[in-house]
Amino acid sequence: MYRVLLKVENLTKHFEGLVAVSEVSFGVNRGDILAIIGPNGAGKTTVFNLISGMLRPTSGKIYLNGEDISGLKPYHIAHKGIARTFQTTALFDQLRVVDNLAIGYKLRTSSGFWSTIFHTRRWKEDRAGCEAKIMETLGFIGLAEKALHFVSTLSQEEQKRLAIGVALMSSPRVILLDEPTGGLIQEETDGITNLIKKMKAAGLTICIIEHKMRMIMDLADRIVVLNFGEKIAEGTPEEVSKDQAVIEAYLGGDYVA
Amino acid sequence: MVLQLIKQKWFYLAILAIALAVPLLVPNRYFFQIIIISCIFAIATLSMNLILGYTGQASLAHAGFFGIGAYGVGLMTKAGVSFWLALPASALLAALVGFLIGIPTLRTRGSYFAIATLCFGVIVSIIAGNWVSLTGGHTGVVGIPRPSPIPLPLAGEITFQTQTAQYYLVLAFLLLTLFVMHRLVYSLQGLSFMAVRNNEVLADAVGINTFATKMLSFVVANFFAALAGGIYASIIGSISPSTASYTLTFNWLVYLLLGGAATLSGPIAGAFAIPILMEYMQFLEEYRQLIFGALLIVVIIYFPRGLMGGLASLRVKAVNYSHRRKAGVPSAAESGKPDQAF
Repeated sequence: MYRVLLKVENLTKHFEGLVAVSEVSFGVNRGDILAIIGPNGAGKTTVFNLISGMLRPTSGKIYLNGEDISGLKPYHIAHKGIARTFQTTALFDQLRVVDNLAIGYKLRTSSGFWSTIFHTRRWKEDRAGCEAKIMETLGFIGLAEKALHFVSTLSQEEQKRLAIGVALMSSPRVILLDEPTGGLIQEETDGITNLIKKMKAAGLTICIIEHKMRMIMDLADRIVVLNFGEKIAEGTPEEVSKDQAVIEAYLGGDYVA
Repeated sequence: MVLQLIKQKWFYLAILAIALAVPLLVPNRYFFQIIIISCIFAIATLSMNLILGYTGQASLAHAGFFGIGAYGVGLMTKAGVSFWLALPASALLAALVGFLIGIPTLRTRGSYFAIATLCFGVIVSIIAGNWVSLTGGHTGVVGIPRPSPIPLPLAGEITFQTQTAQYYLVLAFLLLTLFVMHRLVYSLQGLSFMAVRNNEVLADAVGINTFATKMLSFVVANFFAALAGGIYASIIGSISPSTASYTLTFNWLVYLLLGGAATLSGPIAGAFAIPILMEYMQFLEEYRQLIFGALLIVVIIYFPRGLMGGLASLRVKAVNYSHRRKAGVPSAAESGKPDQAF
């Protein structure tokens, strides 16, 4: 049991000549909410893509509970216990809410081809487990009434809830949320904020990218600030909001307080 | 809801009863033969549906694998091997070849996968036409024996010399295929196929090994394609390179798209309706192709889910309309696609 559940060490990513992420290190404590903030193009989503295996790091290491997971494939990292959502809400939009959730549970199951054909006991147990987890998750994300609806009939906010629900279905150890309230109005943002608080209360470890400062200051235990691919500050919301480098990055070098 | 389930059950039983009574209903031997071949092609179309309809990978090698099954059974049974051994052996061979072909081709996406598999399909028919010592070249293999009789403990044996017996044989294989497809599709495994079709990046992120998932779908589809080919060789009695030709693939593709991809009833409806319609439109001669071409375009644009998919959404609309009239509220929850439930 490591107190730092997810640890990133000297993470670097080059795209041809462009340095997208440079020597970034931080850790996420068990049960905490860590926010990654920074101006557009700072490399926040690239960090998520590196952690979740969609990109391979040029150099640097990623540890989950002390185990080196750098460079593994995305589905492999999902099996290790890291779930993520995407900036542009990604869902299986040809399917219904329950189907989306069920797919999120797939990695918890072990029935293969033959169990599926013969409906073996293992298959039945997997199905029962899946149904129970779907009921639990539907209640948790508040979409029980919409269980049989198609994704295309859901509102923007409901879709974002569902995307979080799909990630929760695998009972992850760490969940990465990439702008979970992007494009939402204030009331809807509050709804998602409450959901994230509920996830923390349930013991989840969360890493979140956000632009909405007020929300992040209220939510995060610690904040990492990126600018041009480098970490320029780290600390509690209070420390970060007073940091001179952060103020300059957000408001421009000429700004005088 | 319950009433609807009972109705559905009766509906399927009625179709099964009609299927069993076909030998009594067919007007002549010629029409009977069309029905038998439709059954075989329905197996091929159903299996194509798994990789193309549910998994979203447009494999155009299907007739190639059908051909592997046909040549496997044809050559083996002529060499004296029992049909009941040659058929699974050929299907397993095709599954293995599919696995090997899948290793490079399944790494490609979209039209590249379609082109790569089309090439493989063409290669199979070229080999069939030129490896004269094994395949008999363009004359093909003739005089393939009928399926070996099944011995019964008391009443002698079941032979497959009559059309009626052959029909029940292909019907049994069609039902077996349908059973396997049904089990696969209505499960987490089936949802994984659809997940890969719908959003491969997200499927990967939620822990689905997309390559292995596509491989499973491809291998199972090819197994059943070869199974259909093996039965075809034994029932028809002769095969040639055209048995593995890509024109067959495109025929099944038309059955699939018109009948309804990613439904279980669509491929069967397409495989029966189109050849039978073709027969009744004999008088139109070559213009038939023109009509089907135009029909295909109309269906793809206006009924992207084919005949069966279109019927299902019409039914949903009708139900929603009657609900609205009764209760004065819209009922979007009813809009469940029946073929995509877990």
